[in-house]
Order: sequence, then C-alpha cells, then structure tokens
Amino acid sequence: MSVKTFEEINEKIRSKKAVVVTAEEIIGIVEEKGAAEAAKQVDVVTTATFGPMCSSGAFLNFGHADPPIRMNYIRLNDVPASGGLAAVDTYIGATEASETRGMEYGGAHVIEDLIAGKKVHLRATSYGTDCYPRTEIDTFITKDSINEAYLYNPRNAYQNYAAATNGSDRTIYTYMGVLLPRFRNVTYSTAGELSPLLNDPYLRTIGIGTRIFLGGAQGYVTWNGTQHNPSRLRSENGVPMQNAATLAVAGDLKQMSTRYIRAATFEKYGVSMFVGIGIPIPILDEEMLRYVSVRNRDIYTFIYDYSIPSRSRPPLTKVSYEELQSGTVRLNDRDVPTAPLSSLRVAREIAGVLKEWIAAGQFLLTQPVAPLPSTASPKGLDVVGGDER
Amino acid sequence: MKPELKSATKRIKVFLRFPPGRAGRPVTYHLVKDFDLKINILRAEVSVNKGELVLDIEGRSEDIEGAARFCGEEGVEFHTIDNAVEWNRDRCVHCGACTAVCPSGALSLDRRDWSLVFSAADCYACNVCLKACPVRALSPGFDGDPIAATD
Repeated sequence: MSVKTFEEINEKIRSKKAVVVTAEEIIGIVEEKGAAEAAKQVDVVTTATFGPMCSSGAFLNFGHADPPIRMNYIRLNDVPASGGLAAVDTYIGATEASETRGMEYGGAHVIEDLIAGKKVHLRATSYGTDCYPRTEIDTFITKDSINEAYLYNPRNAYQNYAAATNGSDRTIYTYMGVLLPRFRNVTYSTAGELSPLLNDPYLRTIGIGTRIFLGGAQGYVTWNGTQHNPSRLRSENGVPMQNAATLAVAGDLKQMSTRYIRAATFEKYGVSMFVGIGIPIPILDEEMLRYVSVRNRDIYTFIYDYSIPSRSRPPLTKVSYEELQSGTVRLNDRDVPTAPLSSLRVAREIAGVLKEWIAAGQFLLTQPVAPLPSTASPKGLDVVGGDER
Repeated sequence: MKPELKSATKRIKVFLRFPPGRAGRPVTYHLVKDFDLKINILRAEVSVNKGELVLDIEGRSEDIEGAARFCGEEGVEFHTIDNAVEWNRDRCVHCGACTAVCPSGALSLDRRDWSLVFSAADCYACNVCLKACPVRALSPGFDGDPIAATD
C-alpha cells in the first residue's frame, strides 16, 4: 500500500503539483481507475458543507473608550451580548434574539452585518469602578473599528444528522424547518457524500489544529465540538448513521464573506446561522481513499417524528442520502416529499474554492496537533434536587 | 384564418381587494358569466373590514380587460400579479427549506446543480413559503396580506 505523508503532500502543494479533487469528483475517478491507482494519483480531496449551525458565535474586542468602561450590559443592534468577560471583550451568540425585533434579527445577523462592513450600534452600561469610571457608552462600531473579531463556533460540521418529519395533526415549526402534519414532508440537513466528517469517519486526518475553510477565510479546528459522540452506531463502511462527531472551529471574522456566513431565522423557533465549512482530506493511503469515495447510497440516517416531545424519540425508519436526495422517501407505505435545509449548491462551491486554493499553493494541510476523542458517552440532563447526587 | 392577436387567451393571476361593505357583491359570478373567464380561487379572505381574493384566471385578453373595468366600476381594486412571490436571488442560499412546504411545486430544486427554481405560473400564491425561508429571501410579490394560510 502506497503511503504519503502530510509533508510530502504539502511539498507538492507548494510546488503547485498537487492533484486536488472534490469528494464528489473522486467517486468517478475511483470508478474509472480503481482505488489503488486513484490513491497514488490524488493527493487531496476537498469536502464542504453549508448548513444552519446554531452553536456558533463571535468573540469581539471593542477597544477602550476614554474614559474607559468595564462593560457588563452589552447590546449590539439591540441583541444582548455577553458581559461576562473582561472590560471590552464580548461573545455574541448566533441564536441570541433582538430585544426589539425578536427572532427576525439576532446574533447571527449582527455577525453577518459586521462581515458585510456595516455599522453596528453598540450600547453598554457599567456600575463603574475606580479603574473603569465610565458608566455608559452609546456608539457605532464596524469590523475595522474594533480590535479582534473572530468566529468561535462550539459545535459545527455535525457528522451526520437525523432527518425530521411530523406525525401530529398540526404544522410544527422546528430547527428542521416547517414540518407539515401527518407525515406530509421530511427534511434533512447534510451535504451527504460531500460533507466533511462523513469522508473521514474515524477522524484519522482531522483533529486539533487542522486548517480549514471557514466562512470564506482560513480557519482552524480548535477542539472537539460539544456533544461530540464518535461512539455511535456505524454502517459496515465505518460511517456513523446518527449524529456523531462534531468540531469546534475558529477563524478571523474580518476576512470572511457573507456569501459563506448567512444569518437565518427558523420560523417560531429562533435565529441560526448558515456556516460554510470546507475541510481538505489528505489521501495518505488507500484506506483514506476508500473513505473519501463514500457515496450517498452508502450513507444512512434515521427519520424521527419531531412532534414527539421527548429526547428519546423512537426512529421511524432508516434511509440513505441517495433516497433523501431523490426528492421522495418511502414512509408508512407512502411516498413522502423530502427537502434539504443545507445548501448543496453552496457546499459544492466551497469545495471548489478550497480545491483552487490548494491547487494554487495558497493553502497548506496541517497534521493535527492532537486527535479528537475517539469515544464518548454524552449525558442527558436530569432534573434532580440539590441534596441528590 | 389566423386568429387576431387580441383574442388570444391568456392565463394570469389577479388580486382583488373589496372595500368595506362591498364583499357581499357577487363579483366573481359576473367575471365568469359576463366575461367567460375560467376562474380558480387561490385564496379568499373576508372579514368585516375587507375582502381579498387571489384568482387564477384564464380568458381572452379583451375579456380580462373588460373584467378589470367592471371591477373598477364596482369599486373593487383589480391588480395583475406578475409574480406572486418576489424571490431575492442575492439573498437566497438555495438551501431548499421553502420546497418543503410549497404545495404547488412552483418552488423546487434542480437536482443537477441543486439551484432553487421558481415557476411563477405554477404558484398558488398561498404565501406559506415566505416564513419557511430561513434567510428571508422570499417576500409577497403583490400588495396583499402577507400572512400565510394556516391549517
């Protein structure tokens, strides 16, 4: 089995000789040339996704006013931001809703407006201290007028996700979109065979420090994402069939583009944010080649009835992404229309941009500094009394 | 013999607004009987304050013009709807969330490149898609009540 190292691949990238294809293109190449030959010829496969990812947000540092203020009540365009950090640091969460416009405008919209270069209204108050005497400030900021502005998303790029339907007799409004009554539609959110973590199911090449495409800029994997759970049910090909691994990612907001970061409102649910992520996968050997050539027909998920108000809803049926992407799935002996929530068109665009960056020698791969956890057992939250353990 | 251009039939969507107190008039009856229009009622909202009708009508051009004049004489606003839904292509991310709720199939994804496709002619003007769009790229294409039909 031929083996390449990260360094050998980077050497080829630097000399602009690396062979880079997308995770969709590799499928045809493997069909034509076989896995062994394709593994020799191809150096990097690019993957991507562009879907709503609620667990996202940005750290900002405003710089000090004169006289200075230790902000503890902070509003950006009327959206609450955390006052729980140092004097002029804040974290604005993507799903935080505006106090004046509700869920039509939220943290994600503030982030999108900042990326777009728009002026954002900053209001803050403080109790005033000896070292920070100012008690209020009302001003406007832009991404260029402040110091740091970086996205730090605690849970992105979910490796697979459950599909949703609604068995009740009323329309329900969820983070999986509008679900029509009596199983009249099914929604799903994935880029399928193009999706990053479905192409490296055991995270052999993705770990802490991995350089990625994030929102149009170069960003990094900083940690495992919250609810990271690699100990999920897997198919024979190793691909999880349930929500499994997740990534925490960070990147410079000032270099991002609103084409790849887009605020969203899910009706009667709340604010979320479309995040564009692309991850390059080095073809270190034939095993990695086999992982990246996975097809939609070999990636499965389960459909759940989101009208059941329990964290342990029973799955209704198992479906492949080929079936979900076909436009209808078989459910209770009926053909039910399907719809995605994640944009495959933009995901393809991102995989293409990342491919160009690498082919042009502008984006080098990184060997992970440390691997992400390979097992986990996430806990539920039980309601207990203070004297119970 | 070539049919004259003006007698060609066409199919359009119209939005009728009845002022308070006029909702009791059998306007639709006259549109069918006097102007020979094929009418499909896409939406009807009647309350004490107003009446609104969204119709799909098919008929000869001069009859549609006649129907518009008749509505004017009756004090009913008659608006042609070129586009029942305004699609902001710059804002759209082609996710497909709107296609989950579109009952007519007017909103669909082209499965070759996964772009959103909107076929205005097929649209029922039900407005359900407006609130299903997470990036708010869809807005009412005419000055009617933007509240979506509910079930």
